[in-house]
Amino acid sequence: MTDENYDDEELDLSTLPDEELVEQMYDDLYNGLAEEIVEGTNILLERGWSPSRVLNEALVAGMAIVGVDFRDGILFVPEVLSAANAMKGGMGILRPLLAETGAESVGKMVIGTVKGDIHDIGKNLVAMMMEGAGFEVIDIGINIPVETYLEALEEHQPDVLGMSALLTTTMPYMKVVIDTLKEQGIRDDFLVLVGGAPLNEEFGEAVGADAYCRDAAVAVETAKKLIAEKRAA
Amino acid sequence: MAVAKSNGWQHLKVTQIPAELHNRPDQIPAAVEKRLQAYAADYDHVFAAFGDCGTGGRLDKVLDKYGIQRLSGAHCYEFFSGSDNFAAMAEQELGTFYLTDYLAKHFEQLIMEGMGLNKHPKLIELMFAHYKKLVYLVQDPDRQLDHFAEAAADKLGLEYERVETGYGQMAQELSTHYSNYTEQVIKWPT
Repeated sequence: MTDENYDDEELDLSTLPDEELVEQMYDDLYNGLAEEIVEGTNILLERGWSPSRVLNEALVAGMAIVGVDFRDGILFVPEVLSAANAMKGGMGILRPLLAETGAESVGKMVIGTVKGDIHDIGKNLVAMMMEGAGFEVIDIGINIPVETYLEALEEHQPDVLGMSALLTTTMPYMKVVIDTLKEQGIRDDFLVLVGGAPLNEEFGEAVGADAYCRDAAVAVETAKKLIAEKRAA
Repeated sequence: MAVAKSNGWQHLKVTQIPAELHNRPDQIPAAVEKRLQAYAADYDHVFAAFGDCGTGGRLDKVLDKYGIQRLSGAHCYEFFSGSDNFAAMAEQELGTFYLTDYLAKHFEQLIMEGMGLNKHPKLIELMFAHYKKLVYLVQDPDRQLDHFAEAAADKLGLEYERVETGYGQMAQELSTHYSNYTEQVIKWPT
């Protein structure tokens, strides 16, 4: 068989043993192949894997590889988006099953893009990675004024408030939201994480956030760490 | 350069950083600083023809270090159209994607290739999900660029609008700076 013939040959995922199938799913996530991820997810479930095991060992572990390569500058936003889109396919199958099995949430997050800003790719990536890591995520969308943030916090009582901005002109609005939380005496009820391309750690500190997260993987790690610290206190 | 040429500014040297860095604005401050280190000592006055350009204040920190001023405003769309006009356009439709002459001309290279949209066409839907229209801010009217801009709107699935701005606030600010240093040499990255 020539290499050319080999490349053209369709890989039958159902013939792979579990370990190889999971490895193949890492590659498929990395390459943004949504249909293959859906197929791999279904195969593992049919083989008796629990939804949370599929989530953690196949999807989250695969996205962690993507996250590391994004952080190291090997992958860029388009590739990460393709990977996230592929993960979304698997999550679509797992989400209702996880709800049925009553898998315990590791925390709750309300997330939205600030007023004046319609960009949601970073926010969506964070929401998906947080959900993948076991968080309950309430995504309140884009162009969110402070009143809507407050309503969502009141209604859902999350552990974490996440705010995103892509524009230099909109990122100062994060301070408006945090200052309003302070005025209302509820700032310390929530961990506030901020992120977005023009932000940095210094900005996060200046607006009074608990942390600036440079990417979705860091957001997950930071949220877990800060929640653990808060619960231990 | 067009502004310098049309004003006959002889004592001026223009240098630039790669335009595609606007797709990776975190790299702009270092690229500008590298230019400044290479050239600043050779000139009496240096001016940066930049907005903040998505650097979140990091470009200003570099410029402050060298005592250099830049154009006021967040980005080129604002200083071409004027701050008030730009704010009005943004208020009218937040989901607006802007092109300038340069971006219209290099749309394929900077947007389609640079943002990975040719390689991953599905990203158009993801990246432009909340955009409604494309506004082409025209500096030097050119029918071919009109055609490019309209084709760009079509590719992104957005309504098309054309607004003639000229060089707007940028030309005024550069003129002010140049007139303050008539007998000196001014240089700016573009």
